[in-house]
Amino acid sequence: MTKNVILVGVGGQGTILTTKVLSKGLVEMGYDVKMSEIHGMSQRGGTVVTQLRYGEKVYAPNIGDHEADMIVSFEKMEALRALPYLKKGGAMITDDREILSMPVLTGEQEYPEDCLDVLAKTVGNFTLVKAGEKAEELGNVKAQNICLLGALVTKLGIADKVDWKRIISETVPAKVVDVNLKAYEAGCAMA
Amino acid sequence: MNEKVIMSGNEAIARGAYEAGVGFASAYPGTPSTEILENMPQYKDIDSRWANNEKVALEMACGAQAGGLRTLTCMKHVGLNVAADPLMTIAYIGTNGGMLVVTADDPGMHSSQNEQDNRYYSKLGKLIMLEPSDSQECKDFVKLGYELSEKYDLVVLLRVTTRVCHSKSIVTLEEPLPKQVKKYVTNVQKRAMLPAMAKVRHVVVEEQLAKVEEYANNCPINKAEYNDTKVGIITSGISYQHAKEVFGDTVSYLKLGLTNPMPAKLISEFCEKCDTINVIEEGEPFIETAVKALGYKCTGKDKITIQGELTAAIVQTSLTDKPLEEGYTVDIKAADRPPVLCAGCPHRGFFYSFTKFRDKVVALGDIGCYGLGVQTPFFGEEMCVCMGGGFSTTIGMAEALKAQGDSRKPMGFLGDSTFFHSGLTSLIDAVHVNSDVILCLLDNSITGMTGHQQNSGTEVNLMGKPVHRIDVVDMVMATGIDPERVHIVDPINQKEMDAALKYSIENEGLQVIVTRYPCALLKSVIKARGKKHCEIDADKCVGCKMCMKVACPSLAFKDGKAYIADVANCTGCGLCMQNCKVGAIKVVE
Repeated sequence: MTKNVILVGVGGQGTILTTKVLSKGLVEMGYDVKMSEIHGMSQRGGTVVTQLRYGEKVYAPNIGDHEADMIVSFEKMEALRALPYLKKGGAMITDDREILSMPVLTGEQEYPEDCLDVLAKTVGNFTLVKAGEKAEELGNVKAQNICLLGALVTKLGIADKVDWKRIISETVPAKVVDVNLKAYEAGCAMA
Repeated sequence: MNEKVIMSGNEAIARGAYEAGVGFASAYPGTPSTEILENMPQYKDIDSRWANNEKVALEMACGAQAGGLRTLTCMKHVGLNVAADPLMTIAYIGTNGGMLVVTADDPGMHSSQNEQDNRYYSKLGKLIMLEPSDSQECKDFVKLGYELSEKYDLVVLLRVTTRVCHSKSIVTLEEPLPKQVKKYVTNVQKRAMLPAMAKVRHVVVEEQLAKVEEYANNCPINKAEYNDTKVGIITSGISYQHAKEVFGDTVSYLKLGLTNPMPAKLISEFCEKCDTINVIEEGEPFIETAVKALGYKCTGKDKITIQGELTAAIVQTSLTDKPLEEGYTVDIKAADRPPVLCAGCPHRGFFYSFTKFRDKVVALGDIGCYGLGVQTPFFGEEMCVCMGGGFSTTIGMAEALKAQGDSRKPMGFLGDSTFFHSGLTSLIDAVHVNSDVILCLLDNSITGMTGHQQNSGTEVNLMGKPVHRIDVVDMVMATGIDPERVHIVDPINQKEMDAALKYSIENEGLQVIVTRYPCALLKSVIKARGKKHCEIDADKCVGCKMCMKVACPSLAFKDGKAYIADVANCTGCGLCMQNCKVGAIKVVE
């Protein structure tokens, strides 16, 4: 059975690195993995969507509407934007980070402040993970992504299938291995 | 070896070139093709370089392959338009070392100005065309491409799309061949394409293509997968993956990896065996037309959209009655989050200054980060066509505005890399006739939008070697333009920037403004900046929102006060500070 996972965030939040760690682990577990990330203009502070599919044999690399089993969002409004991807009964993990977009900053559009409440009420399997806050507490806000990875692999039930800590250590820059390992543990505990 | 790794299509193309013993690779960056060449420097045996444009890249490769090296040239789909001139004739010359040209098309226009389907170039240019559908095939098809190119003496077009380039899947690595070098032997009849020789070569090319068609009918990458033959699907590239996702093993497939020349015999066999035929392809009816020309009925663009990028869901809803899974809906809506100019981006200073003169100019843009200036709140672009077009379009617009008594002055803008690409020739035209336009060269010392590729204005090249840096201002002055018409400014400094625009509007004839300020994302710039950033004194802030007018993503406004919402990304450029009438903003280290 193919699993469809979508990671969303804002350019620069590290969604791509998270998917890199995740896909390495899934390959080690023996799965066929396809992952799709569109780069180019979206890097400049726009919405970033990374799609990952794994299973015995995966064909299409991308995920359409109502096809995702799991959405992980690094920012709460992006969780709302990604909701159409989620299939009924699917799970959502989101941070409560708020990053204002330009149309909000210029006052042309409103930021949906109530989005977490609405999502929690709508999606049965909803988990709020304050990963950004935790990462700041640990001393490096950039470890938010690996904290969310901890929550994600726990939710997917694959936290004990491979040595995620080793894969994290091999993937993130040497200087920040420790803080990322702590963030990973914290993420696992928050799922 | 035979290690399995996860690779993007672009990484796999680079790896394929390495395993095939390629000796020379050239490209101009363009999404979604850029990472192919970015991945090359790890393969030290391949001389890899960014060219100033796609035409130059292809011509350099032509020289290298004629000389005997296997060559790779990569570009985005619209880049092939720039390189089309040499490509059409190189096809007649044929190859000594194998020659592979990658066209990376962008269905869905994730990062492009059109979604042209470059498969047609294979017909126009008499090229062998290969269409991989995942990363493993990207690597395999590249290697096969060199064999075909050398065996049949033809150029190979490897046609990929964004979803193939930017998707990652598992690839098995193999041992590389040593660098392939064939002896160069003079052959004027084969390579000097004047009419007398070209007439002879055209005959040869057609003969060779006929041989490739024979091969295409019976080759490992064009294959039928027979299941139930009630429904037969003919497809290529990424569309094959979508088809398999939807139909699995319930239908038969003809998966085409080599689509020019089209394998007529193989298609006919498949159509004879299946009751109904569906062609599933993104973009134009390229395969569909070939199937119909053979006299077979099929569905195609009557069912599957010609627009955008396909997904399994689109294939499913277009060809079956099976509904999609159920999802969730909510009553609230996310605000838009378009990409924006980064905090500290020099283009912000340029565009903010432009807003003060909006009524006096017609702004014509170009391809690059400054394209983002089209959005709120700058609305700083009325037309955007292609690389270099930002300069040339002003020349015609000036005449059209004059013809209707419109006193506004056309103002074109483009960046340093775009200037080297094709803005230089446009500038020469403007200088030559002293066009009544303003040309703004936004020099941020790098090719920005595609993610910092070296260009002729940088001090090192792709391989990390020191090279002669060419200064854009020297190039401007080399046209012999009156120096009084050239204004070199710091775009963040609004006094300077405003003065240059004001002067250029008020004075007739060509005015060239060169803004010089490096991209805020350059590693050297980030390092030099250290912890420099802006601070806003909440007690002094009167909530006038003047600072917000520069539309910096680091700035926000809450409870009647502006504040720095994103200290980590604020560069302390001070553009917002120049707008603060009460001195509430200061730059701190």
